Amino acid sequence: MSHNFRHWPIITILTIVSLPLIIMFAFQIIDTFTTHPIDSMIPNKVTFEQFSFLWDEAETGRANIWQVTLNTFIFATTTAVVVCTVSMTTAYALSRLNFPGRRYFLGGLIILHAFPTVTLIIAIFLILQIIGLYDTLLGVIMVKAALELPFGIWIMKGFYDNVPWEIEMAGVQDGASRFTVWWKLVLPQVQPGIFALMIFSFLSGWSEFLLPQVLAPGNDAQVLSTYMTALIADDTKIDFALFKAVGMFYALPVIAIYLIFQKKLMNIYGGGTKG
Amino acid sequence: MQITLQNFTKKFDDVTVIENMNLEIKDGEMLALLGPSGCGKSTTLFAICGIHRVNGGKILFGDQDVSDLPSQKRNVGVVFQSYALYPHMNAYENIAFPLKVRKDKPADIKRQVHEIAKLTHIEELLERKPGQLSGGQQQRVALARALIRKPDVLLLDEPLANLDAKLRLEMRSEIRRIQLETGITAILVTHDQVEAMSMCDRIALMHDGKIVQLDKPSEMYNNPANKFVADFLGNPPITFLDAEHKDKTLLLPNGHSIASPNLNAAVKKVQVGIRPECFGPQFGMGVKGVVKFIEKQGREELFDIQLTDGSILRSIQASGSDLEVGADIDWGLSLDDLLFFDMQGERL
Repeated sequence: MSHNFRHWPIITILTIVSLPLIIMFAFQIIDTFTTHPIDSMIPNKVTFEQFSFLWDEAETGRANIWQVTLNTFIFATTTAVVVCTVSMTTAYALSRLNFPGRRYFLGGLIILHAFPTVTLIIAIFLILQIIGLYDTLLGVIMVKAALELPFGIWIMKGFYDNVPWEIEMAGVQDGASRFTVWWKLVLPQVQPGIFALMIFSFLSGWSEFLLPQVLAPGNDAQVLSTYMTALIADDTKIDFALFKAVGMFYALPVIAIYLIFQKKLMNIYGGGTKG
Repeated sequence: MQITLQNFTKKFDDVTVIENMNLEIKDGEMLALLGPSGCGKSTTLFAICGIHRVNGGKILFGDQDVSDLPSQKRNVGVVFQSYALYPHMNAYENIAFPLKVRKDKPADIKRQVHEIAKLTHIEELLERKPGQLSGGQQQRVALARALIRKPDVLLLDEPLANLDAKLRLEMRSEIRRIQLETGITAILVTHDQVEAMSMCDRIALMHDGKIVQLDKPSEMYNNPANKFVADFLGNPPITFLDAEHKDKTLLLPNGHSIASPNLNAAVKKVQVGIRPECFGPQFGMGVKGVVKFIEKQGREELFDIQLTDGSILRSIQASGSDLEVGADIDWGLSLDDLLFFDMQGERL
């Protein structure tokens, strides 16, 4: 950007537009650490009371927060690992091999990617009931991974398409098998893509609400998003401070991941092989 | 090792790109596959290294028929136009890769990589990644990687196309030096006649999937089999004039006539090929024209001369003439070096 460019009008406009968001975020943070009188929004006391759910014994009928966090973590990680492994191999086949029905497969991917999950939910519910995976973490993981796959495969195919054919030809010429060529020569070229996809599907799993809510409503398989709904579902005594504190706790890993990996995440849009 | 193509045929779907091609590359020879884009030279190369399946005929390495062997089982070294170095490995790892795949002992690998690095002059660059190497250095690494397995044949696919002019000159002689030092049989695919002529023992000139002429560079230049060869070789290119043949003389379109004692009297019309170095004031007089364009190339000057009937001849001469565009000239032809073709383009 040139030096002559005037920054302040743009900054002003951006500030005005994002002001509501900033205020919301600010109050989210302030409210979780303070108390304020009923008739005012100005806080009068700093407190960590609202975070007591982290160390106190859970109320009867409510799941333990650490168990729920562990569930969420397992759910997000397993989904990410499954999505990455399957996309890695499928996308390579789609990018490089000329197998029968390849075009329909590609078309199917796009359609599935655009398909709204909600419309499938009843069918999935029935299937999980029949095979006995309803209200289990494993069942939700399988569904979530399956629904994430079209996106993952499509993204990875884009990365593979950018790897020059000649690298593979050179590898074959050097005496390596097709598998060795893929594993040792091609995969390192798409590594930024795998990494970005891994983070993306982790975050997507971390924030998933609908699937666990419908397919695993019990306490054993509860994840943080459904835990939060349960907090306000009980409308006789809604504790907004607690709700905000849990929300804060829920958002922390996401913020951390974005801060640490933002550069790598941009790869998924660049789709380049520079790494 | 001697490489033989017998009735080699290659089709892509229903399109036959190369039909019944026969070619023999002698042991230790460097042969150029030369031709315009789309003539099938790269297809031939990829068939030899095993990337393309052969649709008919045989490919022999020595006495062994390799037509049905996969690339991994043929001992072939390839240098690609883009070099195709593995970007995530440094030069050493790139060169060592073929040996690692073969599961050689680490000590052996180290010794061989250093030997080949010495031959290709890249000993100081082994720690660098391809991204940190210049075009010429990448080319040397690619050569080293192709040579490390001591292949039966080295295939070079337009190896100089991505280099700038000065490096190209340097790498031309470097590749030839390395080829001669290792005594390896090599095939160079190129569309650049200068590369083919300066680097190779023999040239196979290809056109539309066929070998038009297979000869030594100088022979091919002086003795082209047909008009296509004469036109393709030589820079600046040859010019052609249509002439009437009668009573052992050729009548050029501008009215000038030249003796042609050796031509068959039955041929009535002849295309006369005149290379730029065969036309100029040092060959006497008789061809009148006007200077249309002068291209100064430093050591030499290239003239476009428009003859009285409108046809254009090219002439190349040492710099220093004081001619200007529009000047009238009266120059002569070097009669012994003219090339005659019939109207179908076949040599007479």
